[in-house]
Formats: sequence, structure tokens, C-alpha cells
Amino acid sequence: MIRLEHVSKTYEAGVQAVTDVSLHIAPGEFVFIVGDSGSGKSTLIKLLLKELNPTHGKIIVGGKDLEKINRRQIPRYRRNVGVVFQNFRLLQDRNVYENVAFAMRVVESPKKDIKRKVPTILSLVGLAAKYRALPRQLSGGEQQRVAIARALVNEPKILLADEPTGNLDNRNAWEIMKLLDEINQRGTTVVVVTHNMDFIKTMNKRVITIKKGVVVDDQGGEEI
Amino acid sequence: MRLSTLSYNFHQGIVNIWKNKMFSLASIATMTACIFLLGVFYSIGVNFESMVRNAEEGVAVTVLFNADASEEQIQAIGEAISARSEVAKYEFISAEEAWESYKMDYFNGDEEAAAVFADDNPLADSASYSIYLNDVSMQDSLVAYLEKLDGVREVHYSDVAANTLTDFNRLIKYISFGVIAILIAVAAFLISNTITVGISVRKEEIAIMKLIGAKDSFVRAPFVVEGVTIGLIGSVIPLILLFILYQRILTYVAEKFDALSNLFSFVPVKEVFHFLIPVSLILGVGIGFLGSRFTLKRHLKV
Repeated sequence: MIRLEHVSKTYEAGVQAVTDVSLHIAPGEFVFIVGDSGSGKSTLIKLLLKELNPTHGKIIVGGKDLEKINRRQIPRYRRNVGVVFQNFRLLQDRNVYENVAFAMRVVESPKKDIKRKVPTILSLVGLAAKYRALPRQLSGGEQQRVAIARALVNEPKILLADEPTGNLDNRNAWEIMKLLDEINQRGTTVVVVTHNMDFIKTMNKRVITIKKGVVVDDQGGEEI
Repeated sequence: MRLSTLSYNFHQGIVNIWKNKMFSLASIATMTACIFLLGVFYSIGVNFESMVRNAEEGVAVTVLFNADASEEQIQAIGEAISARSEVAKYEFISAEEAWESYKMDYFNGDEEAAAVFADDNPLADSASYSIYLNDVSMQDSLVAYLEKLDGVREVHYSDVAANTLTDFNRLIKYISFGVIAILIAVAAFLISNTITVGISVRKEEIAIMKLIGAKDSFVRAPFVVEGVTIGLIGSVIPLILLFILYQRILTYVAEKFDALSNLFSFVPVKEVFHFLIPVSLILGVGIGFLGSRFTLKRHLKV
């Protein structure tokens, strides 16, 4: 599903964020990418979203070489990759329903599909009853659920989560991890960037460890 | 784009205007002021031009003949005049007609006073052609031509009137164009500024849209709706104001300055707005559209 071949990324200031990373994530896998802050984890997510282009190497997602996707084709590519952020990135002036519906409107889904799918996905993340609440009226965990619902509503094959529990207390963080696991059970490939070792030990998933931009460990999955 | 997407984007554009109330109002006000001033300058310009044209029609060149000029010569001069393209019309005024007209002006129709000259027309050598031009600026070349014709004794014309009218008309045109160009630039700059503020407020929203797969056209649409709506409102308001004001001025001048309204004839409101409505709407909508589009171009690279 995701293949990185000798990928390096050097920022304009000369900072080497990722160095010669090669890895393969199979369809339906649940993978943790761990590392200290500044280790290059977030750069990896940005490379996978094609927010950034690698300086060297090749990234292939869902059979597509990202280098060959031009600017006009980026929106279509991103529709297959759901993304969740540490700070949720919800639209503060719109309610729960509108935040999720927004993702479908952006991809120009028909109105009737929006009306049908948004309540379903809100039920999946356990927020059906709070569909009219504004983000500021929700707890951190609930806001992250809205963000996950938004990421999933267009049925992407891959879900990228960048520190999804970074702003949450332990109980809420666990709830979110369980939800991501459930989503993975339904067939979505899930990549979670985190530095919380508690989940990693308990959940028994593949863990890729990055240090100073280099993959130093890859446990529980096949390395290429 | 789907109909539902279009209506969503249209709705978002209107919501954006409402959310950025102060900046939107400032833009509408500036646009209104610009188009209003444009209308004022245009109205003044078009009326002045019409007055100049009327005045030009009154400026005549008079051709007097040699005392011994034969009828054939006078006729030949008439034909030479009619062949000139700058001549709007010309008429032959015989010595008798000239005397009749003089009597009317000078003796105020007092036949007894004028009877002294009954058998002796003092203007016997004053038969002439009066020539009216369609463009006063061509007067000099026509006069030079006429003076060379056989049988022409003298050519009377008003050099000062012709030059002043032409120069003044040109000056008004240049000033109007200059002011209108500056106003358009100011309006475009302000609309672009409003959109920039709107973008900076919604930077996060734009970034989220792009990350979840929005096309540039989808991101752009509400901002374009916003710019075009501001431009449209900003051109309709001044048009209404100008319409009311122009009609009021026409009525006021007609009522209070009766003599003036005989002297100048204002261009009818219909004729002025026949030009002003489409130009203002195209300018307003065009500036709104281009202002928002170009401003956004710099912010869509996520």
C-alpha cells in the first residue's frame, strides 16, 4: 500500500529531516511510527500527503508514484488518504455535523450522499448525539473523534494520524487508539505517528522507530 | 461543478461577507465612492462635451465676396465650401437678408427709423456665406483654404472661441480619464486587500480543505463570490445615487435657473445611464472577480 525507496528530505535551510528511508506498509496494516520530536516523523507524514516532495528517492502509495502526480492531480490523490492531526484542526465556527460534511462537500459529493453518510460515520465514532455541538463545546477526545470521522467519511484506503493523542489525557487517548484499531479492523491501512510508548507496548502492532531521520528499528513487520 | 456545490460555495461567499462585515463594508464603500466619482466625472464630461458641441454649432465662419464678384464666382465658392468634409452646413445670406437681420437687431423692428435707408442698403456689399463646422479644431485649415479662393474678399472667424473650446474639451477629457484610472486602481487594490484579510482569517480552513482533497476551484469559489458580490453591490449603490442626483439636478436647474436651461441643454438621464450602467457593472464585477482571483493565486500553494 505504501512503499518508500531510499527517501531523503533536506529542507531549504540545509536541515536533513529524513535520510535514506526505505519501508513497505502492506494493505490493511496498522503501523506505529515512533521517535523523539525532531526525528522526522512529521516530515514522513507530509511526504505521504505530498505536502512536501522528497529530495531523493521514490514514494509509491496505492500503486501511484507520487513524483508523477502533478499539482492538478494532488486533490484526487489526497482523497484516498485520510489525515488526523494532534491539534484536531476542526473548523471552530461550524458544528460537528458541518465539520464532517465539509470533507464531503470539498470532494463535491452529492447532497443525498452527505445526508446519508455523515450520521453513519458520527455513530461509528460515538458522536451521533452531539452532531449540533460546536468544537469548543466538546472535550479533546470528542474533538479528535470528529477529526477522525472527517478523515474517514470519504472512505480513504489509508488513514494517517499525526500524534492523534498528543493533546489528550490517558483515558481519552486510549479511546482514540481503540477507535483507530476498530477502523483498521474494517480494512483501512492505519499509520499512527506517536511518541507514547504505553500504547505501543500494549497494542502489539508493527513499530517503526526513527532517530534523526533514519529508520533504526522495524519490529513486527517485514523490512524491505 | 455540481449544482449543490455551486450553491454551497455561493452560500459560503455570502457568509464570508457577513463574517468580515467591517472589511466588506469598507470595500463596498470604497467601490461605491469610486464608481460614484466615475459617474460624476462622466456626467460632467458628457454634458460639457454636449455643451461644447452646441457651442461649436454656433461658431460660424463668414465669407465675404469682392465687390465685383460675379454670381458664377459666388456659386463656385459655394460649391467649394460644400465639398469640404469639416463643413456641417452653410447658407448664403444676400445683402438684403443681411440688412433685414440687422434692422431687426439694431432698430428692434422700428420701420420708421430704418426707413432712412429705404433706398440705400448700407450693407450692399455684405452678401456672404455663413459656414458651420462639425469640428471647430478644423477651422484654421478651412479659413486658409477659403482665403485663397477667387472672389473672396474677407473671411471672418473667431479664432479665440474655437481654440478655447477645443483645448478646454481636451483638458476635461484628460482629467476625467486620469481620475477614472486612479479610482479604478484604488478600488482594485482595496478589494484585493479585503480578500487578503479574508484569506488570512481563513488560512487554516484553506489548508484543511487542501489537505482533504479540495480542488483549487473549490477553494477559490467562495472568495470569488465574495469579491464579485462586493463589486456588484459597490456598483449598484452609486448607480442608484447618481440616477437620483442627476434627475434632481436636472429638475432643480430647470426650475430655478430658467435662463440657464435655455442656454445649456443637459444630456438626458437615459442617455447618460445607457453608458454608465453597463460600464459600472462591468467595472464593479470585473474588479471584484479579478481582485479576488489574483489575490488567491498566491495563497493556494498548500
